[in-house]
Formats: sequence, C-alpha cells, structure tokens
Amino acid sequence: MIEVISAARCVECNQCVSVCPTNVFDRVEGDIPVIARQNDCQTCFMCELYCPADALYVAPDSEAVSGVTEAELEQSGLIGGYREKVGWGKGRQPVASHEYMIKLAARAGF
Amino acid sequence: MSNTLRQGAVNLSADVLILGGGPAGTWAALSAAARGAKVILADKGYCGSSGATAPSGTGVWYVQPDARLREEAKASRYEMGGQLAEHRWMNRVLERTYDNMNRLGVSGYPFPLDEYGNQYRRSLQGPEYMKLMRKLVKKAGVKILDHSPALELLADEHGVAGAAGVRLQTGEAWRVLAGAVVIATGGCAFLSRALGCNVLTGDGYLLAAEAGASLSGMEFSNAYAICPTFSSVTKTAYYSYASFYYEDGSVVEGAGSKRGRSVIARNLLAGRQVYAKLDQAPEDIRPLLRVGQTNFFLPFDRRGIDPFTEAFPVTLRLEGTVRGTGGIRITDEQCGTGVPGLYAAGDAATRELICGGFTGGGSHNAAWAMSSGSFAGEGAAAYAASLGGRSALRTPSGLSVSPLAEGEVSRGAAVRAAEYTEAVQAEVKPYDINLFRTGATLTSSLARLDDLWKEQRGQEITVTPEGVKAREAQAMTATARWMYNSALARTETRGMHKREDYKATDSGQHHRLITGGLDEVWTSREEVAKEEVLS
Repeated sequence: MIEVISAARCVECNQCVSVCPTNVFDRVEGDIPVIARQNDCQTCFMCELYCPADALYVAPDSEAVSGVTEAELEQSGLIGGYREKVGWGKGRQPVASHEYMIKLAARAGF
Repeated sequence: MSNTLRQGAVNLSADVLILGGGPAGTWAALSAAARGAKVILADKGYCGSSGATAPSGTGVWYVQPDARLREEAKASRYEMGGQLAEHRWMNRVLERTYDNMNRLGVSGYPFPLDEYGNQYRRSLQGPEYMKLMRKLVKKAGVKILDHSPALELLADEHGVAGAAGVRLQTGEAWRVLAGAVVIATGGCAFLSRALGCNVLTGDGYLLAAEAGASLSGMEFSNAYAICPTFSSVTKTAYYSYASFYYEDGSVVEGAGSKRGRSVIARNLLAGRQVYAKLDQAPEDIRPLLRVGQTNFFLPFDRRGIDPFTEAFPVTLRLEGTVRGTGGIRITDEQCGTGVPGLYAAGDAATRELICGGFTGGGSHNAAWAMSSGSFAGEGAAAYAASLGGRSALRTPSGLSVSPLAEGEVSRGAAVRAAEYTEAVQAEVKPYDINLFRTGATLTSSLARLDDLWKEQRGQEITVTPEGVKAREAQAMTATARWMYNSALARTETRGMHKREDYKATDSGQHHRLITGGLDEVWTSREEVAKEEVLS
C-alpha cells in the first residue's frame, strides 16, 4: 500500500491526487497531499509512476502496512526506482520500446 | 472526506456517453467521435491509470492477415474454451485488432523496432498504452469526467438515455443525457486487490441488468492468479518458469501455472503453504523477463528477494470475471445488448464469442477490449444519430433498484457496505466454493447470497462516495448470484468452469448459458454457431 509521501521531495503538483484510480489521496491547500484513505489503495504503483519528483513509495504488501520510513527508503535507494525501470522521466527511454520485448517474445512466446 | 467537498450538480448532454476509461472505453470514445458524435467519457477512477490493463504489460492477439496464421490463431484456444467461440467473431476481432494496433503504431506508441527497423506490435505496456489513449481521446474532443462513477442508468420508454453518478473529488452529483450509452466498466474481481482490479466490481453488469439486458457465460468467472502472498502482482504467465515447494523444500508434485493451479489450491485449502521459485528460467532469459514485466519484480526487489533463487510463499488471488469470460450478453455486431441505446464492450461484455469459456488473460482480452470498444462506439454513434433531435427532448428517469437520494450519508452506511462486501467475498473467494464447484456448495452459497441481496436491495443509497461503495456491494452480490446460478445450471466441466460432481464435458451441453434478473435470477440456453472443428 502507499505508505510514504516525502515532504522533502514533493513539489505539490497533486498529480497523485488526480491519477490514483481509487482516490486514496486528498489535496491540501498550500501543503503536500495527504494519504486520506490508505485502505482503499490497491497497490497498483500508478501514483509512483506519475510522480514527477519521485516523492512516493508504495510498499509491495497489498494487505498490510509495513511501517517503512522515509529515512529507511532514502538509505536503501528504493524510492523512485519503479519510474526509472519503466523509463518515465526526463532523458529516459520508455521500457515499452526496449529490444528485449522482441527477444522475450521469440524465446518465451509472451 | 476531502475538505474541498461541496455539493452541486453537473448536468451535461452528449450523443454518446461511455462509462469506463480503460482500453474498451477509450477505443469506444475514439470510434464514436470519429463518426461525428459528441462524446463524454466518465471513469470511476482516472482514465489512463484505471483498470486491469493500465499497471501491466500485456500481449495482444495481433496476427498478420495471412490465412494460415489466422486459422492457427483461432484454433489455439478453441478447445480450451470448450468450443464456445465463433468464427465470425474471431475473424472480426482479429481484423479490427490488427487495424487498431497499427493505428497505435502511427499515433505515437513506442513499439520496439526489429532488426529491419519495423515496429514490433505484439504487446503493449499498460502505463504507456493508457497514457497515449487518454491523449488521443482528448485530442478527439471527448470530454472526460475522472473520478466519476455512475450510480444508475437513465431511461424512458424508448430505451437508455444517459446515466447519473457522483464526482468523488468534489461531491457533486453528475447527470449526462445521451442518445446512447456504452458500458465499458470492466469485469468483477470482488475487491480482491488483484493488480489494478479494485475498480472492477461488476458495476456495469448491475446497470445493464437494471435496464433489462442479460448476461452470458457467467459460469466462466472463477479465474485465480498465482501471486506472492505479500503482493498484488498477479502475473501467472511468469510462473511457467516456477517450481513449487513445501516449507521443507520438497517438491509439490503436479503443481504448475497452467493445469497445476488446482494442486496449489488443494494444498492451500488443506492449510499447507506452497512456495514458488522461478528456478526453471534459464540464466539468459532472466534479464528479458525483468524488462517484459517490470512490475512483476517490484515486490521482490522491495523485499530483497531474488525470485530466481529464493522460494517465496504464493497464494491464488481471485480475478473473477476479469480473467474469466462472462459478461453482458452481446446481441448484434455493434456490441448492442438488446436494450435500445445500450452497448457493452471490453471485460464488461462476454468474451465467449472469441475465446469461449477460457482465457489466459492478456492476448485475447486485450484484443477484445480494443475491438469491441471500436464496434460499440460505432454502433452507439450510429444509434444516437438515428434519434436525430429527439434525444434532447427526453425526460428519462433512473433505473437503480435501490432509491438514490441526494444529501447526507446515513450513519453506519460505510460500515454496512464493508460488511456486505466481506459477506460476498466469503462466498466467492474460497477455492472450495468457486474453483471446485459442486451442486451442494453452490446451492447453499446461493441461499446466503439471495438473503444478502434482499437485505440490500431496498436500502436507500446516497449520491456520495459512501453510496458508491454501497452500490459496489450490490453489484458484487448480484454478480455472484448470476455466477452461481449459471454454474449450477451447467452440470458438466467446460472451459474454466469445473464441477467436482460432473467432471466430464457433456456434448449435450455445447451451448451458452444466459442469465439475468435481479430479485429472481433466471438462466436459459443459447445455441452456439456450430463450427467446423478447429484443430
């Protein structure tokens, strides 16, 4: 579930509020958004992908809160990692155009 | 609720209203707009991130227009689907999918390039695909209402004439009058937290049934995906590289990602945890797998597990009709539902026409979504045009079985909706009710589901986010009843529908099952086009 919005990184664009399919966030006037309905999070990671500042972290467990902290994430380097792999963000190549897609289809059929 | 909540009302009109902004809804919007229709698209979440497709990569049933290749493609799942697919529909979908994928290629989708510099158009990455679809839909002049679930359809004596709902982020009620409505709200995964599926609660089935449409193939509704216990990521295909183990490291005989899923289910039922390890994946294919489904590895990377070398606990997560094939019955080539002005597309509609009673997800579902979306958009635009100026003069009323009311949420409404949801989940999630079906367990489950329906159906529903959850609980209850009535009527095993008390396929039941009704659920048979046997 979504667990961390980094105040240090967040640019208050409220993209996460807009794109979350299950409306988990609320915008706050003059401040960063809040996780208002955490239990509605379906752990789809879309908010992370759309966050231009890599300020969000969705822990993989879809049933329970892990309690991971921003400090731990900064240390492990896990925050922002998904967006990088999908190739979204300035100067990155979308993974959709990766040549491995063709190689994988040839090898595995999917 | 949000502190920006305010009451108000959004009243709009259009030629075509589309409910749902996943692949089917967005293709419907594009094809309706291309025929000159004024189109509004309302999504329960956000058009671009909502639904089962957006978070994942998916293969697509994209086959070159070569007679032999297409015959092979049609034959590939015909037997597994219990011979319920039809040539005519498979041909149409293969043709339209080919056209639509090519269109994506020239519209900016970043397909990889093969050694000759040609786009390789066999799969789609959900985030990229749906971001592009949103862009194309907006460019076509379609008005998008995000975070705007529909609560009911509107109709008069001539047919469906729009829908009404609530905007979750403002609290405003919305009402759109339209010449035709396309339901593209997806299937039903019963809030199981399967990847991207929690917006898929069978809402469209209920809306359609309230308008008098019927459903088809609802017995093909017991899809379960292999999934780490600590994750939402349901990508069963990758488990073709898995071995399955018990806690002590011994092998689970017969377990597998295809036919061996039952073995996993029986172990889990017996209280024995099953573990998976992708140790069958050759070394050189591992980097390719990482690129093919980036989010498959996300939970492992975040937990510090190497799934190729370390065993991890797995479960089977319910995907219901999302990777089943049942849905709203289609009665004509434009994906009409038999109700004037009402069309259905994507996972909301039955997919039996192209894959019978089985789909592995991806491929066929993706092809069906983009093709049926296009057909439905065209049909809806033509129907709306045929009404001429008359549609603006209509004064339709709401069709919800429960009275809808503006205003404050009644105390305890949210808690009640959560309780109803849990009660439905207790009937559809257990493997010993839904996966391994028997007449006795289905009958006793139906008795409880019927009571649950009776309890909910008369309760007032407010036009609020809480009211949306109450309607979801109703839709899931109704869906479960159509599923189990159909499952009870099919006294054989066919496609994904497994009857423990009728383990063989019965050639006398080579037909489709239609179901419908709200207070009284009915089922009936529909003939399937008798195809030459494909092999």
